[in-house]
Amino acid sequence: MIISGHAVVIGDDVDTDMIIAGRYLRTIDKSVWVDHIFEDYDPCLAGKMNGAVLVAGKNFGCGSSREQAVVALKEAGVRAVIAQSFARIFFRNSINYGLHIIEADFFCEDGVPVVYNSETAEITTENISCKAAPLSTRMQEILLAGGLAEYLSTKVQDDDEDCNC
Amino acid sequence: MKETLSVRILGAEEGAFVDRKVDRAYAHDGTGTQTLAAYQNFITKNAGVKSPEKISIIYDHIAPANNSTTANLQGRLRSFSKEENFSFYDVGSGICHQIMSEGICLPNEIVVGADSHSCTLGALGAFATGVGATDMAGIWATGQTWFRVPKSIGIHLDGKLSGHAEAKDVALTYVRNLGMDGATYKSLEFIGEGATAMPMDARLTLCNMAIETGAKTGMFYADQLTKTYLKNYGVEEKKISLQKPEDCDYEKEIYLDLERVEPLLAVNNRVDTAVPVTRYAGTQVDQILVGTCTNGRYEDLQRFANIVRGKQVAVRTLIVPASKEVYSRAAASGIITDLVNSGCVICPPGCGPCLGVHMGVLGEGELGLSTANRNFKNRMGVGAEYYLCSPSTAAASALTGEITSPDVLSKGRLK
Repeated sequence: MIISGHAVVIGDDVDTDMIIAGRYLRTIDKSVWVDHIFEDYDPCLAGKMNGAVLVAGKNFGCGSSREQAVVALKEAGVRAVIAQSFARIFFRNSINYGLHIIEADFFCEDGVPVVYNSETAEITTENISCKAAPLSTRMQEILLAGGLAEYLSTKVQDDDEDCNC
Repeated sequence: MKETLSVRILGAEEGAFVDRKVDRAYAHDGTGTQTLAAYQNFITKNAGVKSPEKISIIYDHIAPANNSTTANLQGRLRSFSKEENFSFYDVGSGICHQIMSEGICLPNEIVVGADSHSCTLGALGAFATGVGATDMAGIWATGQTWFRVPKSIGIHLDGKLSGHAEAKDVALTYVRNLGMDGATYKSLEFIGEGATAMPMDARLTLCNMAIETGAKTGMFYADQLTKTYLKNYGVEEKKISLQKPEDCDYEKEIYLDLERVEPLLAVNNRVDTAVPVTRYAGTQVDQILVGTCTNGRYEDLQRFANIVRGKQVAVRTLIVPASKEVYSRAAASGIITDLVNSGCVICPPGCGPCLGVHMGVLGEGELGLSTANRNFKNRMGVGAEYYLCSPSTAAASALTGEITSPDVLSKGRLK
């Protein structure tokens, strides 16, 4: 799969409170999270999300387990997030919600067009090419299904072969 | 064999991806609402909830509800939980992690909570970790989930705490040492004589903050102390299996001398910024919060009460017992009366203002001291700052209205 978009560059240790603040969580109306995305980090970012590839530093998505952080990004039109590293619950939530996340030491200028090829795990801009860390087979399966809901709905759940525990 | 606790409990080598049935899965009013929405979108061939007897819902984040939107969302999840026969803990029961620690989660269990601080339960020798709402919905539907077996970091605790240094100060110390992403995807194992000597409330505090280093979980070995603790909650002895510490192969080892730990503050919007309380001594404080899943236990309230008893607090001070059980114990022992007489406000058991939505949110430009685990920008009030500290530092500061190290108590400088 080829994913492309304009880079929106942000820093290290951006926590989930920064992506969507706790005071906006009490709703199931996703548009509220889209409206207030990154409000406490940089309110100007909200207008740049549609069609964006976020390019973050290390430890993106640390803090709370709130899945609304992933939902807000996806619903706001973010196509993928590239970061040097991700916090693990955010990472898992992204896969489960079908948001493409890419771990790579990748840097570029804000606004430049970025292309990611999920088959080769390669990130390219006009000037740069960079190889990303591959996802595990399980994660790829869930992501390619479109998320955990879609993955579980296609996977045969058999009581007899639940797991080996 | 030199297997870490994570390897032993998950039953596979480090780095392996495994599917495992979970022994206990829980969510709160916040993530539970999202889980219900996600679950209702699932169309699985196993229609229905797989193992409702293993699922708990605990109302703690906005409990009681603060407005109609919250009340309606909570109402839906409450009805669903009752229809599905989940273990349901309504408003006032307490914080999810605390309730799970009161005789429900056991050593060697696989515990998954839809809250990042679910790692708290590692204090009991369980493999406990946090997930998001869709993950939890998958667990409702299938009774299991996947894990990658983490590598572990051994944190050796040597010596004994001295003065007014507490478990919270140890937690702030190791978070500072590792940094906010120093243990991402890893498990922290607290070992050594200092760990063995840690009482359960301290173990819970230390494991609670593992996530602040990015860790998947923090763990103590279940020992005689664990057994005594669980038996006091009515758990049958035969259900409590102990874990023998091994000389494990850790990816990294950290040595922390408890003697040298001093009262600390985490400042300026980052959890890994711990500095001695004395560095900020004299800074005026607008609000003190004692509670949360880090430090809302009976022993925390007791430490706080031992310092303020018979005196008056000089600043608004909120006390939030972590559970009904904690509240009840504190009431029975007279601590609650002492705190009320000292001018403290007692809030219902739950998360209190930690999430920044009700009951103690700070105003713009205000500074709060909190025994919580996160001081992220704007978290507990837009334009406000919260510094993290121990219950004893909160108590000394409550009496003076300014940041005060509890060590001055020993030096007789606190009137």
